[in-house]
Amino acid sequence: MASLIGSYSLGFGLFFSVFIILFSVRNLRDTEILDKKIVSFTFIQFFFVVISFFGLIISFINSDFSNETVFNHSHTTKPLFYKISGTWGNHEGSLLLWLLVLTLFISIFLFKSNHQPKRYRIFTLLFQQIIIIGFFIFLIKNSSPFNYIFPTPNEGLGLNPILQDPALAIHPPVLYLGYVGSSIIFSSALAAMVTSYVTKEWAKHIKQWVLASWVFLTLGILLGSIWAYYELGWGGFWFWDPVENVSLMPWFALTTLLHCILVLEKKKILTSWAMILSIATFALSMSGTFLVRSGILNSVHTFANDPERGLFILIFLFTLIFLSIFIFIFFHSDKEKIENNFFWLSKETSILVNNWFMMYFLSVILIGTIYPIFLEVITANKISVGPPFYNKLILPFLIPFLLAMAIGPNLNWIKSELKDKFYMIIFLIISFLLSAFIIKQFNINFLINTILVSSAFFLFFSTLREFFAKRFKNLSQNIAHFGFSLLILSILFNNIFSNEVITNLKIGETFKTEKFTINFENIDQEDEKNFKAIKGKFKIQYLDGSSDILNPELRIYNQPNIITSEADIKTNLLTDKFMTMNYVQNQEYFNVRYQVKPFMIWIWISVILISFGGFLSFFKKRYEI
Amino acid sequence: MKSKLLPLILVLTFLIIFVIFFKSLKSSNIYTPNTTLEKKIPSFDLKSFENNSIIISEKIFKDNEYYFMNIWASWCIPCKEEHKFLMELKKGGKIKLIGLNYKDNFKNASNFLKDLGNPYNIIVSDNDGTGSIEWGAYGVPESFLVYQNKIIKRFIGPISNEDLLEIQKIIK
Amino acid sequence: MKFIYIFLIISVILNFNFLKADEIKTENKIAKNLRCLICQGQSVYDSDSEFAISLKLMIKNKIQQGMSEQQIYSFLKMKYGEWILYDPVFNRNTYFLWLLPILIFLAGGAIIIKRFYNKK
Repeated sequence: MASLIGSYSLGFGLFFSVFIILFSVRNLRDTEILDKKIVSFTFIQFFFVVISFFGLIISFINSDFSNETVFNHSHTTKPLFYKISGTWGNHEGSLLLWLLVLTLFISIFLFKSNHQPKRYRIFTLLFQQIIIIGFFIFLIKNSSPFNYIFPTPNEGLGLNPILQDPALAIHPPVLYLGYVGSSIIFSSALAAMVTSYVTKEWAKHIKQWVLASWVFLTLGILLGSIWAYYELGWGGFWFWDPVENVSLMPWFALTTLLHCILVLEKKKILTSWAMILSIATFALSMSGTFLVRSGILNSVHTFANDPERGLFILIFLFTLIFLSIFIFIFFHSDKEKIENNFFWLSKETSILVNNWFMMYFLSVILIGTIYPIFLEVITANKISVGPPFYNKLILPFLIPFLLAMAIGPNLNWIKSELKDKFYMIIFLIISFLLSAFIIKQFNINFLINTILVSSAFFLFFSTLREFFAKRFKNLSQNIAHFGFSLLILSILFNNIFSNEVITNLKIGETFKTEKFTINFENIDQEDEKNFKAIKGKFKIQYLDGSSDILNPELRIYNQPNIITSEADIKTNLLTDKFMTMNYVQNQEYFNVRYQVKPFMIWIWISVILISFGGFLSFFKKRYEI
Repeated sequence: MKSKLLPLILVLTFLIIFVIFFKSLKSSNIYTPNTTLEKKIPSFDLKSFENNSIIISEKIFKDNEYYFMNIWASWCIPCKEEHKFLMELKKGGKIKLIGLNYKDNFKNASNFLKDLGNPYNIIVSDNDGTGSIEWGAYGVPESFLVYQNKIIKRFIGPISNEDLLEIQKIIK
Repeated sequence: MKFIYIFLIISVILNFNFLKADEIKTENKIAKNLRCLICQGQSVYDSDSEFAISLKLMIKNKIQQGMSEQQIYSFLKMKYGEWILYDPVFNRNTYFLWLLPILIFLAGGAIIIKRFYNKK
């Protein structure tokens, strides 16, 4: 029943697109004010999608297995929480969620853009409708979440256990808020070009959307990362997996745009660049969806791979790209010669430098991700591009980037000189000594490490000082930059000082290293509602006499029948102790993995700080000098 | 001049990207190592299945005979499916079957052979799986057709009836 | 002239060592740079498939036999193809992979510098 209603409201929703477009086109010629009906229709469309979405959720809650999506991804013994989150844990449901957010955002946009020119609002709505219609057709045509199966099966196939995790339950919605937010930026940029509204006013108005999508995207990536760390049991938080890269690319584009908009908001320069970035952000979000859903990349994140779906997204994506190229070429005129003079040492330049590096990082990730696809099609050779590639191309460039980031925010617009040279030099010396000391202390004497850590420390001290020197005048930017320095520092320390052991252990055996011994004491069995747990008990004895007890777990899920391993993680402010155990075919021993990961929690904290910075600036009227 | 060239380049670039993505949609994204290469067989010394004596590969493979080296395990379900073809292959008598028992325990493996028949002339056991890596294998079952100390053909996954016919044709 | 410069940058980048080289054992480092053939999105280090567990054991053995890191890579490359290496070798197939980002970086720099020259 619920899925029947859901299915019909999807159709009605699509139907309303026709009305919206009809009335919008008519309204373009007519009066000076926006026709109220258009707004109402947009709300009604949103309302239908909401109903449809709830229809799917209810089908999941009721375990209505006559619905194919529910049958494929749910099971009666699954906890209620995961029944609900299972709604968007699959291809069809997640697309419905996309559509939900799309229609929600355009409604909010219409609601919030009262003071903007009418023509610009209507065009934004029209471009957004193109995207919305695309998603409607995609959903109804070949990814319908409401397919009916008869006879109704008694039991569902169940949700993949690694998706049964709280972080993963909220990760997709948050990420999609970011992705879809960029669709508004996209439509609005196209509309601004068509109506020649690429102005300071436009920049001010769209900055809110840029900020909002950026905050959501940042948090979405963070949640994905947290999930990977806690659930996958490999002890890492970032694997340079194609699916992760695909979420990072729009992030870089959006971060660049965020900085570029600041310039555009001040004076009307870099307009073309801002347009390109607005288009690129959404194009990258969409190509991400394409790459993930079509299955042309192989990654740990499995979605049902269906070439036909891939084809649809591909054609849709390129239609949008060509549409925007067309509009960019024929409608956008670069009238920015007037104010185009600034000194090499100025805030503008520092933002340009930021954009320059951001684009470089983006291109590394983009090329690394899609190069294997190109190579295979052209030469039939298959290669892998993994972490070493990204480390080699990104890390060295991080050094000048961090230094520029420390200096940039202190510069003035148009023309500036280096202020507070004294502090800068002091900080530089302190940072270098400090990192040299830390690195020496642990006997890892690598020049590149020392320099990297120094530059991160330099940014750390510089931003820290700004908190006081500027008396919280530019708090949001300051917090975000400070968070970034903290992030880089924690990642570096996490990398440099982590300690890891993989070994095979039988019950009762002990494994010794220079720094600790691991004793596999015993195993325990427990029965849960939808899985059986085998808990290992390990005692880790450190040289200084302290010890830890860790209980990693093997879970044998009933439906689908999958063995997963649950890590046991002991977290404190300084380090995480991370342990997993794995079953080995026909052997008495278990494969045990023990890792000491310093500053793990600081990685999460710093990303939260970064997005909190963005969040704060949401409430600020203007960017201050 | 410049303003006309740039759009053209842009459109062309994206067209190329489109075509490449389009083409890659059709090809599989799962990587399987190249199976057509003729390679010298690797040498190994592994424990015999029946007793703990060490078997050296040089002693098994002789120059002018065909060998069928099969990686199997009693816990592997596709191995059961391909077993009848192995028995069939053995019946022909023109080829020697070498079994490499992968990460198995003796009891299960012997029961497996008792139930389904033993097609192998020699069985070596690969307890920790390192032996099969020497052969470039990465799963069970996997098989290699060997002649004159070279791998002529490699089969990833269970062999089928067609594979069987092909092997019989080669060894004739 | 430009090409020599690019080449220099590349050779510097290619030659500097991976961050943790000194800290963790070579064993883990090698496993991290290998892609698992069973779970194809994971490194051998991260994976817990039978294949990955065996391969890790095998790396350990090879190191004990005195094989160097590079020898192990080329050994596995021979067995499983270039695909297994996460760090793409710099050759005809990957010139663009390694050089394109650097070229983009240089081009970006050039565009920015040009902005200042234009006005004078």
